[in-house]
Amino acid sequence: MNKLSIILKGIIKENPTFVLVLGMCPTLGTTTSAMNGMGMGVATMAVLIMSNFVISLIKNLIPDKVRIPAFIVVIASFVTIIQMLMEAYVPSLYASLGVFIPLIVVNCIILGRAEAFASKNSPLDSILDGVGIGLGFTLSLTVIGAVRELLGSGSIFGFSFGIADYMPLVFVLAPGAFLVLGYLMALFNKFAKK
Amino acid sequence: MEISYFAIIIGAILVNNVVLAQFLGICPFLGVSSKVETSLGMGAAVTFVMSLTAVVAWCIQTYVLVPLGIEYMQTIVFILVIAALVQMVEIILKKISPSLYQALGIFLPLITTNCAVLGIAILMIQKEFSLLQSVVFSAATAIGFALALVLFAGIRERLEFEDVPEAMKGTPIALVTAALLAMAFLGFSGLV
Repeated sequence: MNKLSIILKGIIKENPTFVLVLGMCPTLGTTTSAMNGMGMGVATMAVLIMSNFVISLIKNLIPDKVRIPAFIVVIASFVTIIQMLMEAYVPSLYASLGVFIPLIVVNCIILGRAEAFASKNSPLDSILDGVGIGLGFTLSLTVIGAVRELLGSGSIFGFSFGIADYMPLVFVLAPGAFLVLGYLMALFNKFAKK
Repeated sequence: MEISYFAIIIGAILVNNVVLAQFLGICPFLGVSSKVETSLGMGAAVTFVMSLTAVVAWCIQTYVLVPLGIEYMQTIVFILVIAALVQMVEIILKKISPSLYQALGIFLPLITTNCAVLGIAILMIQKEFSLLQSVVFSAATAIGFALALVLFAGIRERLEFEDVPEAMKGTPIALVTAALLAMAFLGFSGLV
């Protein structure tokens, strides 16, 4: 497989959010604004790239039977590193993402890629796969966040259009998350899957 | 902490419903909930594991992580504890109650990757609950999870016979349904 197509397939054809429907909890829980969505996407991408890399390096050392627990320990270590880095350098983003940062551990995208890709491919390909899937995830989260922020509080990336008073706040609340994701997924099915 | 047990229970089941307000455990919520019966099974399995996890996680946090000053290991330790616990519950159930194992069996392995279990363990530590409060909080949260799952399954069973536009079939219509359910649960806010 050529290197570019490994990256590109994660963005449209195997988009983790709209096509594979994985990692729904952070997708719904953190996309109250475009910034939060992007922050979550980037944090997940960082963990995914590093865990993919390390797992593909040690894939021959791990006995098949304890493969899954070993993967989880690798992933959890990187999540802890990211968690500490974010707490130190972007404390406000860390506070607004809250419990979803440690929960990157149980994000099925990461374990899924470890099992389906990194444990069978070379370290370089695994990094590229992490970049592709990570970008796909980040893009989806940013788009969902932007739509919710625009509809709910009349701004994008914190840039206000001065129409906040006329916007239905419900899009920033819980029901809005389900609603926006549902309709975006339907649009994606209609136009991108062909 | 001066929060009454009643407030914790109502808060966890209705006001801050784990699925519909906090977005934890969405995967089983969308995946398993197409039949009321399987939803009940999943709900029961999660309630069982979550209450157990609360006890073990609380003890580990208070007697191991805090005295040693390694709270930052929380994520790694908790996920391993949950994985081990699920495995143990599976083995014990198989031995002492094969009928219960038959009923819950297929749901147990799925629970390890249910983010609600890890999420609640982290949340109850953050809220600085006592041991008893943690257990009550976890059990109530799990009941809220089961409630959302069963309600949703009830709606989806009916939805199967409806004429849904091609692009909306499957997950999209399920998400829109969940949105309506979440909107109904918004009505409970301010209750506690």
